[in-house]
Amino acid sequence: MSDFLKIEGLKAQIDADGTPKEILKGLDLTIPKGEVHAIMGPNGSGKSTLSYVLAGREDYEVTGGSAHFKGQDLLELEPEERAALGVFLAFQSPVELPGVNNANFLRTAVNAVRKARGEEELDAVSFLKLAREETSRLSMSGEMLKRAVNVGFSGGEKKRNEVLQMRLLKPSLAILDETDSGLDIDALRIVADGVNSLRGPDFSSLVITHHQRLLDYIVPDRVHVMAHGRIIHSGGPEVASLLEKQGYKQFLEAAA
Amino acid sequence: MPAVSETREAVEKLAKSNYEWGFETNVEMDLAPKGLNEDIVRLISARKKEPQWMLEWRLKAFRAWQEMSEPNWAKIKHPPIDYQDAHYFAQPKKKAGPKSLDEVDPELLKTYEKLGIPLHEQEMLAGVEGAGQKTPVAVDAVFDSVSVATTFRKTLAEAGVIFCPISEAIIEHPELVKKYLGTVVPVADNFFSALNSAVFTDGSFVYVPKGVRCPMELSTYFRINARNTGQFERTLIIAEDQATVSYLEGCTAPQRDENQLHAAVVELVAMEDAFIKYSTVQNWYPGDENGKGGIYNFVTKRGLCKGDRARISWTQVETGSAITWKYPSCILAGKGSVGEFYSVAVTNGHQQADTGTKMIHLAPDTRSTIVAKTISAGKSDSTYRGLVRMQPKARNGRNFTQCDSLLIGDQCGAHTVPYIESRNMSARIEHEATTSKISEDQLFYCRSRGFSEEEAVGLIVNGFCREVLKELPMEFAVEAQKLLQISLEGSVG
Ligand SMILES: Nc1ncnc2c1ncn2[C@@H]1O[C@H](COP(=O)(O)OP(=O)(O)OP(=O)(O)O)[C@@H](O)[C@H]1O
Ligand SMILES: [Mg+2]
Repeated sequence: MSDFLKIEGLKAQIDADGTPKEILKGLDLTIPKGEVHAIMGPNGSGKSTLSYVLAGREDYEVTGGSAHFKGQDLLELEPEERAALGVFLAFQSPVELPGVNNANFLRTAVNAVRKARGEEELDAVSFLKLAREETSRLSMSGEMLKRAVNVGFSGGEKKRNEVLQMRLLKPSLAILDETDSGLDIDALRIVADGVNSLRGPDFSSLVITHHQRLLDYIVPDRVHVMAHGRIIHSGGPEVASLLEKQGYKQFLEAAA
Repeated sequence: MPAVSETREAVEKLAKSNYEWGFETNVEMDLAPKGLNEDIVRLISARKKEPQWMLEWRLKAFRAWQEMSEPNWAKIKHPPIDYQDAHYFAQPKKKAGPKSLDEVDPELLKTYEKLGIPLHEQEMLAGVEGAGQKTPVAVDAVFDSVSVATTFRKTLAEAGVIFCPISEAIIEHPELVKKYLGTVVPVADNFFSALNSAVFTDGSFVYVPKGVRCPMELSTYFRINARNTGQFERTLIIAEDQATVSYLEGCTAPQRDENQLHAAVVELVAMEDAFIKYSTVQNWYPGDENGKGGIYNFVTKRGLCKGDRARISWTQVETGSAITWKYPSCILAGKGSVGEFYSVAVTNGHQQADTGTKMIHLAPDTRSTIVAKTISAGKSDSTYRGLVRMQPKARNGRNFTQCDSLLIGDQCGAHTVPYIESRNMSARIEHEATTSKISEDQLFYCRSRGFSEEEAVGLIVNGFCREVLKELPMEFAVEAQKLLQISLEGSVG
């Protein structure tokens, strides 16, 4: 069983105006192959930081612990190598790329990743066919493909665009950072379906969310509670409903 | 300003070493003695077998040049150029260069490889002795492309389009050359144009008769022949009423030349309802990583919209040269005529560029559009300098100007210097300017999708330049994108 995510004692800090600030403070988390796990936690607990560190963002300095994926030391790899290995991060705040055509961006990304994985590259025609299928599946207008990446997209459109990228890049580990926030009720269901239909023995996911509602659609195998840069509690899907009712207080007290 | 002083230092160093490639090259034969005087001008004219009127024209230019001095208002720094310490005439085939590719800057060769240029073309571009030497002028047959070139020539002739070296036009079509040469850029317009007028030896001549739409992009044609662009190029393009032509000069591959100083003059004349599209991809050797060996490029390009509703559009992608001094301009003399300027200027390493445009609105209802994208990386320094002038008769004149600068790293500089002169109350001039940096967020976002850092920079830069790149003829747009990425390699991280 090497094909999974194993994080042990992970510590990471950021340079906050010259003074290092520790955000991840010894985090342990294991996601077996084929499972979907959720992370819930108060604002500022370090959820996005964890996702950035896993995807390879350079401004976070890892000061301790380890993260392995498919048996490889993830922290040794460049962000693009992690993408090739199958790591995908749906950003909490997707970035705008002015002038960069969305379809072109997607195709280049897909082919970069396919090439790195030793798969055949897609020509323009087969890519466009695929992209059209996926956009309609996500109820996105085909217009989105012609526009500049995320420029002028509404909050919900940006999130859907992230899910579109995920589906095209076919990751084996998808980290979804609050992909549900900003989505209307119908969009939530559509996006959840976009994730669920990828579920299978070769697809693991880490779903970061504040709301149980998403987890009603994407039912997780495990739910972890994160606070102050650590996982302080783990359990089944029932943890989400418990949190929804009672908030974080009991977990925080138990951990203190 | 540390960036500027460092640049100056680099250029000074460059100057010390330029003899290796430049003015002092040891050439055995068929070379005029060093220096510039009336005898040299006479010699050039005689060698070109020019008629008397042409010689007199050159001599007039030479006398004007002697009275002039180098302009010093541009934001560029270079050591004084000794104009007497150069040869002004050499048969192209006798030029000396590196003996083989082994003697060429390996970085340059790497770039050729990335652009996918075949070996024999690499030799030509690098100026290796003996490479592609049967190509003294642009139109003559070139290596693999002889038959293609001949076919092109036939197609053009059938349409009545004249496209030939300017030296040939002086002899074959003297009435046209006499009528238009120097009418858009007068001989004494500026120091470099006067110099060019006195000593130019090659360049292109295009004449598109009334009502003719040139049957092909002259880019397609010119590209195969573009290797021998000279030191003092002279180009003259005339489009008669309702004629249309698209012309592309340059080459995406970095070109080396042992002549450090380049001073070209381009004149365009568009008559009623005519349209001239002039695109440039300039990638002269910028020098090695210390700026050594780079080209000084001082260019005068100007288009005259002479007839009503004439339109002239300049598109340029400038990535090369150690120094670029260049302001393609439009004189909007015809009623309702249109001038456009789309520009991408990239500077990296120690390069300096001072470039922009002038839009001179003389007539009513004239319109101009300026879109200038400046990208600076490394220790380079780039200035956009633009003039928009509405003369009293330019009733309802319109200009829209957009200048965007993108900085990569924190040792480079970008400056925008707009000059606006309006002498007509009904004219409207709009100016927008932005400066931005490639953000870490953008880079990380792209990389997390599988792009390498350099691909990510290329992607973002190409996005930034999109409005300009889409103005280029199709096949060049693709190459230009690749070129932008290569020009910026090593500029991040
Ligand atoms: N560049 C930075 N400089 C200073 N502090 C930072 C920086 N980046 C993150 N932090 C801090 O690190 C902590 C964790 O941030 P992070 O974005 O990981 O939280 P989160 O759990 O995702 O919160 P949310 O639920 O609000 O999205 C916060 O206190 C945040 O202010
Ligand atoms: Mg967050």
